[in-house]
Amino acid sequence: MEMMSSQTEDSVSQVVTKIVEDHRALEGPLLPILHAIQAQFGFVPRDAEPALANALNLSRAEIHGVISFYHDFRREPAGRHVLKICRAEACQSMGSEANAKRLLETLGLDWGETSPDGRITIEPVYCLGLCATSPSALLDGEPVGRLDAAALESLVMDAA
Amino acid sequence: MKIYVPQDMAAVAVGANRVAAAIAAEAQSRNIPVTIVRNGSRGMFWLEPLVEVATASGRIGYGNVSAADVPSLFESRFFEGAPHPKCLGHVDQIPFLAKQTRFTFGRAGIIDPLSLDDYRHHGGGKGLEAALSLGPAGIITAVKESGLRGRGGAGFPTGIKWETVARTPASQKYIVCNADEGDSGTFADRLIMEADPFMLIEGMAISGIAVGATKGYVYVRSEYPHAIQMMERAIVIARYAGLLGEGIGGSKYDFELEVRVGAGAYVCGEETSLLESLEGKRGQVRAKPPLPAIQGLFGKPTVINNLVSLASVPFILAEGAKAYADVGYGRSRGTMPVQLAGNIKHGGLFECAFGVTLGELVNDIGGGTASGRPIRAVQAGGPLGAYFPTSLFDTPYDYEEFAKRDGLIGHGGLVVFDDTADMASMARFAMEFCAIESCGKCTPCRIGAVRGYETFDKIAAGIEPEKNMALIRDLCETMKFGSLCALGGFTPYPVLSALNHFPEDFAPAPLRHAAE
Repeated sequence: MEMMSSQTEDSVSQVVTKIVEDHRALEGPLLPILHAIQAQFGFVPRDAEPALANALNLSRAEIHGVISFYHDFRREPAGRHVLKICRAEACQSMGSEANAKRLLETLGLDWGETSPDGRITIEPVYCLGLCATSPSALLDGEPVGRLDAAALESLVMDAA
Repeated sequence: MKIYVPQDMAAVAVGANRVAAAIAAEAQSRNIPVTIVRNGSRGMFWLEPLVEVATASGRIGYGNVSAADVPSLFESRFFEGAPHPKCLGHVDQIPFLAKQTRFTFGRAGIIDPLSLDDYRHHGGGKGLEAALSLGPAGIITAVKESGLRGRGGAGFPTGIKWETVARTPASQKYIVCNADEGDSGTFADRLIMEADPFMLIEGMAISGIAVGATKGYVYVRSEYPHAIQMMERAIVIARYAGLLGEGIGGSKYDFELEVRVGAGAYVCGEETSLLESLEGKRGQVRAKPPLPAIQGLFGKPTVINNLVSLASVPFILAEGAKAYADVGYGRSRGTMPVQLAGNIKHGGLFECAFGVTLGELVNDIGGGTASGRPIRAVQAGGPLGAYFPTSLFDTPYDYEEFAKRDGLIGHGGLVVFDDTADMASMARFAMEFCAIESCGKCTPCRIGAVRGYETFDKIAAGIEPEKNMALIRDLCETMKFGSLCALGGFTPYPVLSALNHFPEDFAPAPLRHAAE
C-alpha cells in the first residue's frame, strides 16, 4: 500500500512539474496551471500542492488557499458525467429550483454529490449566460437550454 | 448558397449544432451545394436556433428550427428563401431588431466571427485606423467626448480612467478586459466574444495605444467555454494578420493579448479581485486606493474595463465621438445593450439609446412574460440589483434615474418574474448568494450575508418577525456602508427592494396561509 501511494505521489509530482514547465513563460501562471492539472487528473490532487509550492516558490498554504478559493477546482474525482445546473435568478424565474429539487430527490443526492455508481455528479452553477433560454445547464461542458422538468430528467437518465 | 446557423452558446444549448449537422447531411443527400456559416447570434434568443439564408433581397430567417424541420425546409426550397411555416421573412425587418440602435452589436450574427474579411467588409478595423491617425491624446479626447461610461455597472467615465493610466509613468502598463460576466440575466459580453471577437481585440488595441500599454488580458469566466475558444482562435488569427504583436497594423505600436480563464468565483467580476486572480492569487478584493489605474496588475498602471466598454470604442473612433454622444439620456450617453431575460416572451439582447423606460423594454419590446402570467417584478442589474415592481415601470433607463429609485442598471440585465414569484425567497437568495460568493475579506459581507439568510429563515418560521425584520434592515445598512466592494455593499439592493415593494410576501408562513 505504502509503495502504491508513493508511486502515485511521484507520478502526480512529475505531471505537475511538466505542467509548471509548460507555463513558465506566463505572468501569474497559477490559475492556468491549476486548470491544466484539473484537465489532466479530473481534479486537483492533494499531492499536487507540495509539488506546486516547490516549483513556484510559494508556501503550501498559499497554494492550498488558491485552490480552495475557487469553486471550479475539485478535490476528488467527479462522476463519469458532470451536470452543472444553473441556480441563478433568471433560471429561477423559469422554475429551475423546483426542477432541480425533484431531480436531486429522485437521485437521492444533494448538491455537489456523485451518485453511488459513479455515474453522475450534480453541481450548482451561478449563471451560464443562457438567461433568455432558461432554465439552463451544462452537461459535460455542453450547454442545454429550455430545460423543463421532463427534459432535465431525461437528460440525466440518458447520460450512461 | 450560404446558410447561417449560429454557433452561439445559447443557440447550441437549444440544438443549433444538431440543426447544422442535419442541414449538411440533407444538402449532401439531395446534392445541393450549400455553404454553412456558423455565425454568432443576432441576440433574438427566443427564436434560436435561428437559421438564415442569404438571398438577393437580403437575409431570410427561419426561427426555432429543429433538426426534424430540416427535410421539410429543403422540400420548400428554404435555401432560396422560400416560404415555410417557420419562415420569419427578412431578419433585419423583425421589429425586435429593426427598433434597435446597433452601434456596438452592428455585426453580431451577421458575420462569420472568425473571418477578418467579413469583419473588414462590415466596417471592422476603421476604429483602429482612426486611432492611429489621432494618436494617444486624440483617442483619449474622443473617448471622453463620447461620454462612454463603464458598462460593467459602475458607470465611471472610461476616458478619464484611460487618461489617468496614460499620465502615470511606468515601465509596463496593462489593458485588462473584464469578461467575468457573472450577473444572472446578462450575456452581452458572451455574445460579443462569440459573434464579433475582432471588435474586442480592436478596442483593446486602441486602448493600449491610448495609454501606452503593450500587453492585454481578457479574463473570461470558465462558465463560457465557447467564448474562450472563440477569443483564443480570434487572437491567433489577428496575430497572424499583424493586428497583434509588434507594430500592429503596420504602426509603431506593439500590443499582445492573452485569454485567461476564471475558476468559478463571482467576486472576480469585481475589478481588484479580478486583478488578484490574474496574478494567480485568491480572488480577494483589494482596498482602494490605490486605484488600478495607478497600481493595478502586478502593481503596474492598468486599464481595467468591462468588455462592452472596450467593444464600444471602435465605433466611437470610427464614427466619431459625436455620433455616439448624440444619443442617450442625461449623463448616460450612447447606447446600452439591454439584456431581456428570465420569464420573458422575447428574451434577448436589445441595444438602444438610454432613456427608454423599463416598462417599454419589458412589455413592448420583451412582450411580457413567457408564461403569459402578469409580471410581478423585474430584477435590474444582476444579483446585486433591485427588484422593480410594475409601479416603477415609468423609470427611464439611465444610471441616475435608476439610482434615484434605489436601483442600478448594472451590466444591463433585466430578469422578469411572473406573479408566482415568492419575493421573500428571492430576498433570502440574495443573502445566500452573497454568502456563497463572498471573498471573505471584509466582515459585513462574509458574516452579514450568513446572518442575513438565517434571519430570513427565522422570519419564515414565525420567530419574532417584527424584530427580525428590523434586524435585516439594520444588517443591510451595515453591509451597504461597511463592505469593501459591491458584493456585500449592493446585496442590500435586492433585499431591501423586495422588502419595500413586496412586504406581503414576508409575513410568516402561518399568517400567509390565513390571508389566502
